[in-house]
Amino acid sequence: MLLNEYGEDGQILAGGQSLMPTLNMRLSNPQLLIDINHLHELNSITLDDNIVRIGALARHSELALSPIIDMYLPLIADAIPHVAHIAVRNRGTFGGSVALADPAAELPACVLALGGTVVLQSVKGIRKVKADDYFLGLYETERKPNELLIEVQIPVQDLTGLWAFVELSQRKGDYAIAGLAFIGTSEKQFIKTAKLVYFGSEIKPTLAKKTMAILINTRWDDNTRKLIAETLGRDLDPMTNLQGSAKMKLHLQKVLTNRAIDLALKREKPSR
Amino acid sequence: MSEETSEIKLTVNGDLITKIVNVRQHLVDFLRLELGLTGSHLGCEHGICGACSVWVDGLVVRGCLMLAVQADGGDVTTIEGLTETGEIADLQKNFVDRNALQCGFCTPGMLMTLAELLRKSELSSREEIREHISGNYCRCTGYHAIVDAVETTISDRLGDS
Ligand SMILES: Cc1cc2nc3c(=O)[nH]c(=O)nc-3n(C[C@H](O)[C@H](O)[C@H](O)COP(=O)(O)OP(=O)(O)OC[C@H]3O[C@@H](n4cnc5c(N)ncnc54)[C@H](O)[C@@H]3O)c2cc1C
Ligand code: FES
Ligand code: FES
Repeated sequence: MLLNEYGEDGQILAGGQSLMPTLNMRLSNPQLLIDINHLHELNSITLDDNIVRIGALARHSELALSPIIDMYLPLIADAIPHVAHIAVRNRGTFGGSVALADPAAELPACVLALGGTVVLQSVKGIRKVKADDYFLGLYETERKPNELLIEVQIPVQDLTGLWAFVELSQRKGDYAIAGLAFIGTSEKQFIKTAKLVYFGSEIKPTLAKKTMAILINTRWDDNTRKLIAETLGRDLDPMTNLQGSAKMKLHLQKVLTNRAIDLALKREKPSR
Repeated sequence: MSEETSEIKLTVNGDLITKIVNVRQHLVDFLRLELGLTGSHLGCEHGICGACSVWVDGLVVRGCLMLAVQADGGDVTTIEGLTETGEIADLQKNFVDRNALQCGFCTPGMLMTLAELLRKSELSSREEIREHISGNYCRCTGYHAIVDAVETTISDRLGDS
């Protein structure tokens, strides 16, 4: 396989919506571009035994139109409109986004929040990496240069549970300044479990474990809100960049956390 | 190393074309320099401004973020081809009537993007129209007149049908 032969000098070209700008600006010059757009077996979205399998080449706009995503992964359905603009969504791929692992990207955060598994293939065979072990650092993942990301497998969402996707960006479709994906369960407005994944502010999609621990079996009242605002700073370590200072981003993430949980609790199904 | 040029066969505005292209040339350079179709503009060349918007296989894409060789076997439509079909003649007239362009640099990209919205032939709110062109920059009009022109086009079309 070409990827094996060229290693880091060969680059996979998927939607090109992140790679092509760097080529046009002469910011990267791989010896070889390997266009995978003809691998049509990689663009399907299927439901298989309570697992949604998203092929690496599924375009963002295909996810937006997919009844499977709409029905079984509403978190992702809510995230997609935040990913870029229509013409970029028509080309950009799910696999490209997860392979690149841009810290401000929406989809890697969703994959982590939903407990997805990344499927990688090389000449040596296939291996599966859990999202928890996949995102390592700034644009750094567990994928080796000779591996092709072929699919992401995501268990269907607990449809009796809660979810919310919120983000702030300068303009609609821009990369996020701050944002989070929330997944949880509740009973009579009492939070039972909570998973919080932050993006935009951090170097990689980040689980806020201390804050999540506070939310287990709690009422969502002023006291909890206060506790969370105090704890979040110990979970997050925002980057200062052109989008804003670390301090501002931490503040925004606190505001967004409140919005996300408010929104999620509105989705609680009435108990029988 | 791999070869520097490659032969491609594609449909551009309905005509079947065979050309030898430089493998690193992007689609809009190919359309402008090789085919003389200068309606597609180049602003930023890195995906931000939308001036280069064209259709490939019926969907609007950034012409600057696709290589010409990737269009091999594909069906490309530019503003020249779309204008010829008359599909958006009403939108174009409303652009002129409402002064929805000044320098006109963004206009072909705007129209290619908006044509995709109009194909849905359903009512769109002003916010939905703005959302749809959120990836197309206009440095002159402030967008308001563009949204007006689209709104008029949609309501006229729905009124007529
Ligand atoms: C104006 C603009 C705004 C944008 N806004 C957003 C936004 O708000 N949020 C967001 O998330 N993204 C945004 N994007 C990026 C877009 O979503 C990209 O499509 C996505 O990040 C990368 O997907 P791609 O298919 O285009 O990948 P490419 O650009 O083709 O590739 C990106 C990188 O991943 C590697 N790669 C791609 N596919 C694979 C694979 N299957 N296996 C192994 N490696 C692979 C490539 O070698 C390359 O290094 C924006 C892009 C533009 C131009
Ligand atoms: S020239 Fe392609 S987006 Fe600006
Ligand atoms: S009319 Fe000048 S950029 Fe839009």
